[in-house]
Amino acid sequence: MLGSMEVDSQRQVDSSRQVDSSRQVDSSRQVDSSRQVDSSRQVDSSRQRATVTLRVNGRERRLLLPARTTLLEALRENLGLTGTKEGCGKGECGACTVLLDGRPVNSCLMLVSQAENHEILTIEGLSSQENLDPLQDAFIAHGAVQCGYCIPGTLMTAKALLLINPHPSREQIQEAIAGNLCRCTGYEKIIEAIQSVASR
Amino acid sequence: MRDFEYLAPSTLVEALQLLSQAAGQARLLAGGTDLLVRMKDGTVNPGQIIDLRQVAELRGIREEGGMIWIGAMTRHSEVASSPLIQAKAPLFSEACRLIGSWQIRNLGTLAGNLVNASPAADSVPPLFTLDAEVILANHRGERTVPVALFAEGPGRTCLGKDELLTSIRFQPLPETAVSFFLRAGQRRALAISKTSLAFTGILDDRHSTWKEVRIALGAVAPTVIRAHRAETYLVGKPLSRKALEEAAAIVSEEAKPIADVRSTIEYRRLVTGNLLIQGLWPLMKED
Ligand SMILES: Cc1cc2nc3c(=O)[nH]c(=O)nc-3n(C[C@H](O)[C@H](O)[C@H](O)COP(=O)(O)OP(=O)(O)OC[C@H]3O[C@@H](n4cnc5c(N)ncnc54)[C@H](O)[C@@H]3O)c2cc1C
Ligand code: FES
Ligand code: FES
Repeated sequence: MLGSMEVDSQRQVDSSRQVDSSRQVDSSRQVDSSRQVDSSRQVDSSRQRATVTLRVNGRERRLLLPARTTLLEALRENLGLTGTKEGCGKGECGACTVLLDGRPVNSCLMLVSQAENHEILTIEGLSSQENLDPLQDAFIAHGAVQCGYCIPGTLMTAKALLLINPHPSREQIQEAIAGNLCRCTGYEKIIEAIQSVASR
Repeated sequence: MRDFEYLAPSTLVEALQLLSQAAGQARLLAGGTDLLVRMKDGTVNPGQIIDLRQVAELRGIREEGGMIWIGAMTRHSEVASSPLIQAKAPLFSEACRLIGSWQIRNLGTLAGNLVNASPAADSVPPLFTLDAEVILANHRGERTVPVALFAEGPGRTCLGKDELLTSIRFQPLPETAVSFFLRAGQRRALAISKTSLAFTGILDDRHSTWKEVRIALGAVAPTVIRAHRAETYLVGKPLSRKALEEAAAIVSEEAKPIADVRSTIEYRRLVTGNLLIQGLWPLMKED
């Protein structure tokens, strides 16, 4: 929280600078009055913030955030759900994978507002207090985890696959997890672990 | 990422109004798989974001009046798994299934792929061979543009500043049509195409010669292009390996690729022709 307040005060400095320069451009172009109303609203930056209601792991959470916040940032920094990782930040590694209405997406490429009205499932919601998800047990039993950084994302994709297709073939598993890069395991044990749950 | 004003219209009329008021300061947001990457690295810094996610009119896949209609905000994963597209334009669903990763296909949309105007955009070559039309709208009305005229160069389209892509439409392929989309890249997933080829063809009644052929090439020119000379060559030709190899050689000539970090000119040319051979080989009768 403290961290995000610091970010906020820094932002206000930034945004007031931005607004100044944009207004100069506006007034020199003699833009109509309706747009000047818009830019004066930008001064208090209220429209650069969004009140967002997220449903994460079955719980509803309300947040007031800068509109530029990604879903990944909101999960990690505002909700403290640090199980979801950031790798590349540009859609290539899958470490940030969460489920949106059961579909895997890269949370680093979504604005937090885009996740409103959707059901979000993160790695923290995969297990209950007492029990791990069968996929998590299988990853442990098969030694499918080395450094672990890619694992939350890969588990979420695997979960999504089994939700729509409880008995996927090896090829279907490979295709599903193609967007989850792992630099340690060589994938073989990950695939075996998913297959072991799928064949039950 | 810089700050911006976030707007989320819920109807098309509202979206078009916001866009015309924004006077070029706004960016439309679809799946964000291209735009957010650029906003994060600072190459694009819009003052306003108009998120189209809630505009229901821009979603969906349906058949109406003998045409297939697909809304701009339809995701690649939806095109890939649509039974209608699998039946009526299978090469288009094949292409969408090859884009990025499952996660990217669940975010990325048809409009984003077209408006990016990347010559390597994978959904576009199939749309060229389907002679698709792109429907554009602004607050005053609508116009229709053939997909082949939509992109004008890498990253450039004929979209006006106040215009939005609402949908595409095309005629379904006849059941007997031969069609495929193939691409070559470094890996199967998460690799931009080095070259790609879409083919649709119709055989004569005796299934022995080509009556109609359309071939489109991706990533080998500033925009996706049609291989018109190879098309003309193939019409009337039998399903022979000799004719196929000749057509592939013409395709290689028609490809005008650049050399870049992903590939050389020679490789791209050769492989583009080979994609035609790969796709049609199973149909060939012995010479
Ligand atoms: C890791 C990764 C892998 C990828 N792999 C592939 C691949 O294999 N093949 C491929 O073709 N592409 C690939 N892409 C590129 C990208 O995912 C696609 O081009 C995607 O279709 C873009 O759609 P989007 O909805 O995410 O667009 P956005 O990022 O939301 O928008 C892209 C552009 O289109 C504009 N726009 C969006 N909607 C409209 C509209 N309705 N009217 C007018 N303008 C609009 C936006 O303002 C923006 O300028 C990849 C991207 C990433 C990050
Ligand atoms: S951090 Fe999102 S895909 Fe790498
Ligand atoms: S276990 Fe280390 S990246 Fe996958």
